[in-house]
Amino acid sequence: MKIINKKIINDVGGVKIIQLDIASGDIASKALAGQFVMLMVNDKGERIPLTLVNTDKSRGTVSLIFQEAGFTTQSLGKLNSGDALYSLVGPLGHPTEIKRYGRVILVGGGVGIAEILPVARALKGAGNHITTILGSRNKELLILETELKSASDQIYIMTDDGSYGRKGFTTDMLKELLSKDKYDLIYSVGPIPMMKRVVLVSREYNTKILVSLNALMVDATGMCGCCRVSVFGEVKFSCVDGPDFDGAGVDWEELEKRNKVYSVQEKHICNLFSAS
Amino acid sequence: MKKEPIKVREAPAEIRVGNFEEVVKGYSEEEALLEASRCLQCKNPVCISGCPVGIDIKKFIYHITQKDYQAAYFTIREKNNFPSICGRVCPAEYQCRKTCIFTKKGFPCASEQAINIHFLECFAGDYGKNNNLGVPVEKKEEFSKFKVAVVGSGPAGLCCAGELARKGVKVDIFESLHKTGGVLRYGIPPFRLPWDVLDFEINYLKKLGVNFITNFLIGKVKTIKELFNQGYAKVFLGLGAGVPSFLGIKGENLCNIYSVNEFLTRVNLMSAYRFPEFHTPVNIGKNVLIVGGGNTAMDSARVALRLQKINGLPLNTTVIYRRTEIEMPARRLEIEHAREEGIKFEFLVQPKEFIGNEEGFVKRLVCLKAKLGEPDSSGRRRPVIIGGSEFELDCDLCVIAVGLKANQVLINATPELKTDKYSDVIVDSESMESSIKGVFAGGDIVGGEGTVIEAMGMAKKASRTIIDELSKKGEE
Repeated sequence: MKIINKKIINDVGGVKIIQLDIASGDIASKALAGQFVMLMVNDKGERIPLTLVNTDKSRGTVSLIFQEAGFTTQSLGKLNSGDALYSLVGPLGHPTEIKRYGRVILVGGGVGIAEILPVARALKGAGNHITTILGSRNKELLILETELKSASDQIYIMTDDGSYGRKGFTTDMLKELLSKDKYDLIYSVGPIPMMKRVVLVSREYNTKILVSLNALMVDATGMCGCCRVSVFGEVKFSCVDGPDFDGAGVDWEELEKRNKVYSVQEKHICNLFSAS
Repeated sequence: MKKEPIKVREAPAEIRVGNFEEVVKGYSEEEALLEASRCLQCKNPVCISGCPVGIDIKKFIYHITQKDYQAAYFTIREKNNFPSICGRVCPAEYQCRKTCIFTKKGFPCASEQAINIHFLECFAGDYGKNNNLGVPVEKKEEFSKFKVAVVGSGPAGLCCAGELARKGVKVDIFESLHKTGGVLRYGIPPFRLPWDVLDFEINYLKKLGVNFITNFLIGKVKTIKELFNQGYAKVFLGLGAGVPSFLGIKGENLCNIYSVNEFLTRVNLMSAYRFPEFHTPVNIGKNVLIVGGGNTAMDSARVALRLQKINGLPLNTTVIYRRTEIEMPARRLEIEHAREEGIKFEFLVQPKEFIGNEEGFVKRLVCLKAKLGEPDSSGRRRPVIIGGSEFELDCDLCVIAVGLKANQVLINATPELKTDKYSDVIVDSESMESSIKGVFAGGDIVGGEGTVIEAMGMAKKASRTIIDELSKKGEE
């Protein structure tokens, strides 16, 4: 659980996206693309899920990438090389189903791009043709372009402000691609509004869509139901039934609301600790 | 003349709802002596048949009357590894106290006159704890070459590990959470089972040489097969029943509707009642409804009430149950304590639908009234819905406490492990061996939601088989 390496991927206006390489031979030897870990920064901390971005079996390390968005990720960002996490458990959840689909489009937005990377590599390894669309607010915030470039056959960058790649949403590019060619699978991770739009486009072009969900979790072993989501009207637990689901069936509105259930406390604890 | 039962001291209700300290203060020496002296020392002590592990109740109570508390402690320890825990959480009114000679024939649970066996057990257990009495260690050299993996650090796992370790077997306990104790830690609130009692037992196992490996989810990071490959001679599964049941009604995924496990885990394991000092949040309701009639329903009701008190809100927590008080599976003591603390009860009420606001938070629960019909498969009278009886209750936080099912992660990862229709692990009832040779199981993963002492009984059986088999192996 010791942090072997810390890399600040970017730092925009004080909000950092950080990569931590953490020693855990057991997790590294077992983890597959699409799985996640639960961690606690210290003994008073929350348990939060983070997707495994990379695993290095020979070094016995796992890599996590996160944005300093809330209290716990900010606390995590304060740790340095040599520090240890209080708790780290994994690999959790089902791995992404890796097989030869044919032509696959990966759509990643924001820090969700980090979660696309292991899936891109695994799908590529399984002989798929990979087209990647990355979306970011601006050039500075874009992450892992180089890594994803080498894991893809084609890559398209979309920025909200047009400061890099093309101006527009990932779904603009997605539509363009789907209207020209046939694809066998879309895999998407990013902010909920983006994934919602990706699903709408996939429906329009009748293409299979998998999404990885970021629900709130406590134990992440199927015991609390905090992460429950409705998929095709059935209640599923993201932690043990997911985190990948058929995007066409996800009740996004419910998920969006459930993810905000502690927004008041989150604000409170952030203010409290930033004041002190 | 019959002596009156000695009441146990308790924290006053109006004070205790403001904290998470233990409610039952236990007997003083004097009180324990008086209560023990009420025992008739029956020639045929039927109380013993009421104990799932067959503690020699008559004998330990006799030792208390003789002020030989050490002997009382060791008498209990012969059958029960955790007297301080069981003395606090056993449903004694349905077990030993129900079969006590003082209980009136045909009574559904223990009469008030029945000897307070559980409080005496707790007294003896705490004496042992306070005087650091361990169990006699019978370590044998022949066992030290064997390693056993115990999966899960709840009641069954702890008991099995202790039994094996005191014979000299090397034991590793794997726990997926960051803390040990299983349901004793994440489920039972500290006002019923204080952490120091649990920690004492766990530290004792550590002294015996048991190795605890937390943050380790067997089934994901290692399979059973890999455990054997790593040199473990046997594997014991004490996986527990932690998968929450929901009602399956409309609106159940609205915000602030918790499964009982989520609610209790946040508050107990993660100390959310001390937010923001501890960083895990839990929401606090003004109109809290708890659905269910078991111990977890009582625990979550009393937790919700404490959260209201600590946060300066008027106390307003109601338990709704579809049968009546007689059919409630909770311990009578918990129901009494809940009532004293100000928990309200609505019986013969069946939830129908949750209604929320724009932001997706629960606001009301639509209910139906019920009446009791014929007994169902559980032997309890079945609730029958009364047509046209719909009504609404205000509800801004709800805890669903309607049962827990077997944990599935390891079971799903192990197709060769045979399970029954409830997804519980099937074992031979004598050896406790599962369908996989060398893999044993006990506790809620075998019997479904049960008691700590039942789990312990199963774990003991399994440990006996394991020891027998290891002895034979040692001779080979």
